[in-house]
Amino acid sequence: MRFARTLHVARKERAEAAAKAVFAFMAAAMIVPLVLIVGYLVYVAWPSLGWEFIVDIPRRGMTDGGIWPAFVGTLYLVGISLLVSAPIGILAAVYLNEYAKDNWFNRMVHLAVINLAGVPSIVHALFGLGAFVYAARLGYSILSASLTLAIMTLPVIIASTREALASVPMAFREACWNVGATRWQTIRAVVLPNSISGILTGVILQVSRAAGETAPVMFTGAVFFKAVERGELFPYGLHEQCMALSMHLYTLATQVPNVKESLPYATAVVLLGSVLLVNAAAIALRVYIRGRKKW
Amino acid sequence: MTAFIKEIEVQGLRLAYATKEVLHGITFDVYRNEILAVIGPAQSGKTSMLRCLNRTIDFTASTTVSGTVRVAGEDVRRTKDIFALRRKIGMVAPLPTGLPLSIYDNVAFAPRCSGLSRRADLEPIVERCLRQAALWEEVKDRLSSLGTALSGGQQQRLTIARALSHQPEILCLDEFSIAIDPVTTMRIEDVLKELKREITIVLVTNLTQQARRLSDRTMFLLDGEIVEIDRTEAIFSGSPKSQRTRDYVRGVFG
Repeated sequence: MRFARTLHVARKERAEAAAKAVFAFMAAAMIVPLVLIVGYLVYVAWPSLGWEFIVDIPRRGMTDGGIWPAFVGTLYLVGISLLVSAPIGILAAVYLNEYAKDNWFNRMVHLAVINLAGVPSIVHALFGLGAFVYAARLGYSILSASLTLAIMTLPVIIASTREALASVPMAFREACWNVGATRWQTIRAVVLPNSISGILTGVILQVSRAAGETAPVMFTGAVFFKAVERGELFPYGLHEQCMALSMHLYTLATQVPNVKESLPYATAVVLLGSVLLVNAAAIALRVYIRGRKKW
Repeated sequence: MTAFIKEIEVQGLRLAYATKEVLHGITFDVYRNEILAVIGPAQSGKTSMLRCLNRTIDFTASTTVSGTVRVAGEDVRRTKDIFALRRKIGMVAPLPTGLPLSIYDNVAFAPRCSGLSRRADLEPIVERCLRQAALWEEVKDRLSSLGTALSGGQQQRLTIARALSHQPEILCLDEFSIAIDPVTTMRIEDVLKELKREITIVLVTNLTQQARRLSDRTMFLLDGEIVEIDRTEAIFSGSPKSQRTRDYVRGVFG
């Protein structure tokens, strides 16, 4: 008996080939714009790019020079917002995932977190303006802007941390409880060490989001221009306003006449480059920790 | 079974998950230094019964428990120190669960949780437990390697070593042999016969022959009710009182 190729098999193979082609095309279609965007940005930005561009301050009415005040400002905003949102988010997620019972209250909290994660940044901006700038009397300041970013990133950090915690098998927890360990002893010995890579990845991904958002910082503490020394590491106080990369890009692109063409593009490249650098660090960390993964 | 001291007394134990009752008021005792085998098909409430003993049932949402369970004379639902209760009972789960820690830390985990921290205190405990679980010879040179990297049978013995590490007076094994090979199973069964001199053992098993080989008494649990509890010989070779028991141990159903 020989293996005849039936009509059904032929049809099956055609469908398989078609499906594969469609998926491959879509994957390629995703890569093409990415390469085009980055390529075009770098091409136009090339004349301005360099170390000098990062550490110099804007000159000649922002039509020339560098982006140091905005670069440092973004570091301030992102750093402080994460100092606030990461500990709160991680601890809250540990409570929700490890301690909270499955009752209507905690389901409401869960629902609220998920929904907050989807609120547009402009709404967070308005909330920050009302809550921190006016109600808390922090004024237009780095503090207000950082807290607004923190509020924006918090729900996503909670959600991603919960997911990381939930990926630790239940059997490990039960094994610990069976030998008389408390929940905290279990969390410390088994749950956290085995979810820390996922938790950190979730947190670091929020760095790029916080760095890129314009509206929240524009409403609450970022300004068009702030005079600081070239290359100065700590030019801002927490109650001062600051410049930010995202806002600076917006300013250069739309508000300032006669800007050197490469300037906004170079700013975008620096913003993109910093974000990619942080994401690459996150991936490297994850690969490193996964290499030591224990089950 | 020289002296019939009741190590565990269960009276009218009922358990419901939400509205579904899985234990319909079961009453039995476990005597000190005996092996009580609990047999019965899946879904008959064997694991749930074990979880009521050390109150890990508390971790499951919306359960209702009534009736009393006394361990060493103390009502488990009134006990002040639930962690001490759990340390009194060693629990071995069906699937080998090496914690993602080193072999040493796997066994030292429970003693550490109850406050021991000096290496001089921990080392003898680790060695004793690994020896008792018949694992010491295989792992003594690599105590710092990962528990999860061991083979299934070794991990199951590691699980037993961990269950012994808090010096329990009772050892509960929940179908410990379903994920391991027959040779390892026989080795662990030998271990259990040794352990019986010092502690009381509750052996939940799907293998009726295992119950027959090891246990002093056998309890047949079916759909959340005790069909019969008697001396093992009476259940297997004598004439069990219930037709259902006779059918089950002869492999007619289940």
